[in-house]
Amino acid sequence: MDYQNLFTQTQVVGPENHGAPINEYDLRERTQSIGFSYLLGKLGNAQLGPLYLGRLGVASIAFGIVAFVIVGFNMLAQVHWNPIQMVRQLFWLSLDPPSPKYGLRLAPLSEGGWWNICGLFLTVSILLWWMRTYRRAKALGLGTHVPWAFAAAIWLFLVLGLFRPVLMGSWSEGVPFGIFPHLDWTAAISIRYGNLFYNPFHMLSIFFLYGSVLLFGMHGATILAVGRYGGEREIEQIVDRGTASERAALFWRWTMGFNATMESIHRWAWWFAVLCPVSGGIGILLTGTFVDNWYLWAMHHGMVPAYPTTSVVDPALATPAFAPTVEGLK
Amino acid sequence: MAMLNFERKYRVRGGTLIGGDLFDFWVGPFYVGFFGVTTLFFSFIGTALILWGAAHQGVFNIWQINIAPPDLKYGLGPAPMMEGGLWQIITICALGAFTSWALREIEIARKLGMGLHVPFTYLMAVFAYFTLEVIRPILMGAWGHAFPYGIMSHLDWVSNTGYQYLHFHYNPAHMIAVSLFFGTTLALSLHGALVLSSTNPGSGQKVKTPEHEDTFFRDIIGYSVGTLGIHRVGLFLAVAAVFWSAVCIIISGPFWTRGWPEWWTWWLNMPIWH
Repeated sequence: MDYQNLFTQTQVVGPENHGAPINEYDLRERTQSIGFSYLLGKLGNAQLGPLYLGRLGVASIAFGIVAFVIVGFNMLAQVHWNPIQMVRQLFWLSLDPPSPKYGLRLAPLSEGGWWNICGLFLTVSILLWWMRTYRRAKALGLGTHVPWAFAAAIWLFLVLGLFRPVLMGSWSEGVPFGIFPHLDWTAAISIRYGNLFYNPFHMLSIFFLYGSVLLFGMHGATILAVGRYGGEREIEQIVDRGTASERAALFWRWTMGFNATMESIHRWAWWFAVLCPVSGGIGILLTGTFVDNWYLWAMHHGMVPAYPTTSVVDPALATPAFAPTVEGLK
Repeated sequence: MAMLNFERKYRVRGGTLIGGDLFDFWVGPFYVGFFGVTTLFFSFIGTALILWGAAHQGVFNIWQINIAPPDLKYGLGPAPMMEGGLWQIITICALGAFTSWALREIEIARKLGMGLHVPFTYLMAVFAYFTLEVIRPILMGAWGHAFPYGIMSHLDWVSNTGYQYLHFHYNPAHMIAVSLFFGTTLALSLHGALVLSSTNPGSGQKVKTPEHEDTFFRDIIGYSVGTLGIHRVGLFLAVAAVFWSAVCIIISGPFWTRGWPEWWTWWLNMPIWH
């Protein structure tokens, strides 16, 4: 079989690349040190660095470190400051939000207050990092597609930790910081609200998640398959179509009767990836606020069969006071 | 006109795997080929059987159509047509169609002088399907362990199978698979956005270069994998996500029958802690 373009076989080490020019004032923030990694060069570029520091980036990392350390010390306190037990129980340990009795008020530090403070620092860190991506794109004269894609992920993050807890009237609805605990939270919210699989926005989110993986599988494979025609030079192929683009397009046209172009495939990619957290965030925001039971909601809309009639009366369905729950609504 | 203005010179004969010139032609935009015919054959029968099953059940609500595998009592044997036999034939048709599709992709890649990345990537997805519907049921001794064909019914299967192991999120291979799914989507958004931001810099501005793309990512995180590398990263992430999905379900049942949270006790009980 021919060479299949999976790894770079011969590496050419050129001179260090200090990057496209930015203004003199900003340029001071770009580090000078550059390294080369042979292993990275097998996959893609071998060059490591330079890195742009900048006030936004440094502040973002500082806030992020504080959030990380708050989680770490809370966990350490839970194992009575025993570092061995910290490692042993790391996946089980958790920084939990306050209990429901505190509502949206600030709880004592040891009873969830740290969760609010940590969330605040993490949110500030993420928003500063967003501004950094925006400023760096602008400084290079690029469009702002990366920051707006990032904003879609931030939307889901804020829904989980801020918007939905506020709408529900309690910080206790927020997601705990911890490996297994956040998985427990995910399972619990699904069970509490009648199985998230019946939530149409969850369906859409999963559709775009799987669709994104499918698209990157298709796109990555297509570009590598036309690598011998210079297919990875995508910008060049977009403004001046060559045989790589033509073969890539015809492959899909002949296979499934439809093809993207070298530019439009990246629009497909952007929208699929962005709509995954956007629709996921909508689905979570509706859960518990506007819909109490997604299974009953799906039954009301004819997506699942109604319960068979039996002689047993289900009080949840029969009591007039709870009539709205028949439709799965709050 | 089904042909693109540059398409005619690419429409050449040859590159087929079997049959020589047999079916070596196009219909509209589609290449046919021997495996196009077999794909059509299997998908037509499979779809017709699904419709037959739906008609027999009197269910035409698209959400509620359900072609279930046989009851566990049939083990790995054939089941009566309306008690899982349909599911068995449809599964054979699906595998026939998927395999034909992959072979047709290989023929098209050969015609266009391309590498075989797409068909092999696709085969990883077929392998995951084969794992769910054939390998795992065989290891567990009954076709009834496979998932049913239906929109809501396959979601119910995922839900029920997950809770059989108490809490599926604790399955270590599931953790890796989900992380890879999220990671692939993150990488896809970054790649799509970066190319669009270079080619759409705003009105009146010149299109930017790969050097600008590299500089953007080096400025942000200190490393840019580059125009060729990102497609390798994306392909490997996507293939790995599907591979680990197959692993996470094949170990559930055949190799681990208890709750997945319990699996982690080996870590808590390691001798090094004492």
